[in-house]
Amino acid sequence: MSTVTLASKRRRSALRTLAFLSPWLIGFAVFFAYPMISTVYFSFMHYDGFKPPTWSGTKNWTYVFEHYPLFWPALRNTLWLVVIMVSLRVLFGLGIGLLITKIKTGTGVFRTLFYLPYLAPPVAATMAFAFLLNPGTGPVNSLLEKVGIPAPGWFNDPNWSKPGLTLMFLWGIGDLMVIFMAALLDVPKEQYEAAELDGTSAWQRFRFVTLPNIAPIIMFAVVTGVIQAMQAYTQPLVAGKVASGVIQGAGTIFEPGYPEHSTLTLPQLVYNLGFQRFDYGSACVVALVLFTLSMAFTALLMRRRGGLIQAGD
Amino acid sequence: MTQVLDRPVEVRVPSSPAERTARRRALLEWIAIHSLGVAAALFFTLPFVFVLLTSLMSDSQSLSRDLIPHTWEWGNYKSVLDTPGFLTWWKNTLIYAGLGTVLSVVSSIPVAYALAKFRFRGRNLTLMLVISMMMLPPQVVVIPMYLFWAKQLDLSGTLWPMIIPMAFGDAFSIFLLRQFLTTIPNEYVDAARVDGCGDLRTLLRVVIPMAKPGIAAVALFQFFYAWNDYFGPQIYASENPAAWTLSYGLESFKGAHHTDWNLTMAATVLVMAPVILVFFFAQKAFVEGVTLTGVKG
Repeated sequence: MSTVTLASKRRRSALRTLAFLSPWLIGFAVFFAYPMISTVYFSFMHYDGFKPPTWSGTKNWTYVFEHYPLFWPALRNTLWLVVIMVSLRVLFGLGIGLLITKIKTGTGVFRTLFYLPYLAPPVAATMAFAFLLNPGTGPVNSLLEKVGIPAPGWFNDPNWSKPGLTLMFLWGIGDLMVIFMAALLDVPKEQYEAAELDGTSAWQRFRFVTLPNIAPIIMFAVVTGVIQAMQAYTQPLVAGKVASGVIQGAGTIFEPGYPEHSTLTLPQLVYNLGFQRFDYGSACVVALVLFTLSMAFTALLMRRRGGLIQAGD
Repeated sequence: MTQVLDRPVEVRVPSSPAERTARRRALLEWIAIHSLGVAAALFFTLPFVFVLLTSLMSDSQSLSRDLIPHTWEWGNYKSVLDTPGFLTWWKNTLIYAGLGTVLSVVSSIPVAYALAKFRFRGRNLTLMLVISMMMLPPQVVVIPMYLFWAKQLDLSGTLWPMIIPMAFGDAFSIFLLRQFLTTIPNEYVDAARVDGCGDLRTLLRVVIPMAKPGIAAVALFQFFYAWNDYFGPQIYASENPAAWTLSYGLESFKGAHHTDWNLTMAATVLVMAPVILVFFFAQKAFVEGVTLTGVKG
């Protein structure tokens, strides 16, 4: 008797769970599992979207790695962004977070002003920076020349386009600032007081009290920063498009990466191969590279469960 | 205003030299930190200021290096709003962002609730899959998804390929809501059950009212996501200008007004302004949401 009710109870509870999860289960199957399998399938097919797909073995893979001229530049740019942009963003975010916890007068106003750029829609922010940094009439170069600093070509110079993007991503530091601010305020006050009694300097307190306490958050910022850098799409694409002066519309095709492939990132290659060169098979190869890299760093995030997943019941 | 009083510079009775040096040090520190603060504030706000100023310049002046408009051309904004298509892009963006937000919030709440409060086998696996989907760039699955929407359902050139998926639980919303719901003590849920509430009623009557700040944060993020989305419209709507959104249309605006920085900057302001206005009305919920994504735990 009791085992029957227990079994039926268990079945009811399983049905209940299934019912609550159902929107996501459908979404997972239709918008993730199916297209992932399909992407793997197409990566071994020759398909242009018009003629039926035909088996092509590893041809797409060798094409992307050995002959597609945009793949290695994109990967090199990604490495540049990961090493330079991510470290600058973490340092700057930490600096701004520290600064805001030290500001005692008008804290709310400062915090809002520091946070606001993070909200600027990516296309709008990129248009703004394309204007601010334009070498002809841009205010930034006008000011630089006034103080006698040689003005760079920014989005029109392959050596300066990534620094230009970095500057824009530093401007939108609001997300990191808030996260660091919360972490810094969470450091137990007693530890600072104890350190002060021991006669430590401000630097020593930062090095031996603050840093160990916020280390997990720094790690979190680095890993999510790496994922964002790998997936950068809208800003580099729009910056290149606007700086190149190519007019969007019928008949014009903008090959991403202006100037000289310097703003290419992996996601742009999926677009270029799939929707500009109609080589769906090779586009799927790049998609799988992007998938592998993203998942590797996501796994790194999840291994430290404390940072991302809090225990729930 | 009252905060000014917190300044460590107060006139008091003369004190010992040691106390005076300490006070002078505190004052110097105050000055140093707040000068840094002002410098940083300039870095964060000047881009907005330059964009605004340029949006009010005449055509010819926007091609010069002047920073301040000679005449204030408020008509630039009217020209932008009169541009064919601009109001349609605005309308499309509102449809995409509004409908998408409602659908994703409604479909994500039950999933997040189950992940936060039900005990079942595979819960951790489900959560890990949700996080993986959250970290996945849309480009990874775009080829099959495009073929699905465009070739099988013939929906390219519309907003539907972007809106419909939002009815099936958005990974980011699920994750954020789940983080929020785990902070609600189980006692409330259990008490509702003891009182004879079914699961659905517990969710509607007890959990959702308590989770309002979390739901508000998720709705805001979702709204901003749709407002900012460039890749979705580029893939699915580019062939049909009547289905463009602001983020996608803005770029073409620069193309059509090749050299007119003043009009392009006015359009940029019009795309930025709603987001910033919404932020001012919902600042608290938003900042709470950003913190929830990473730190609580």
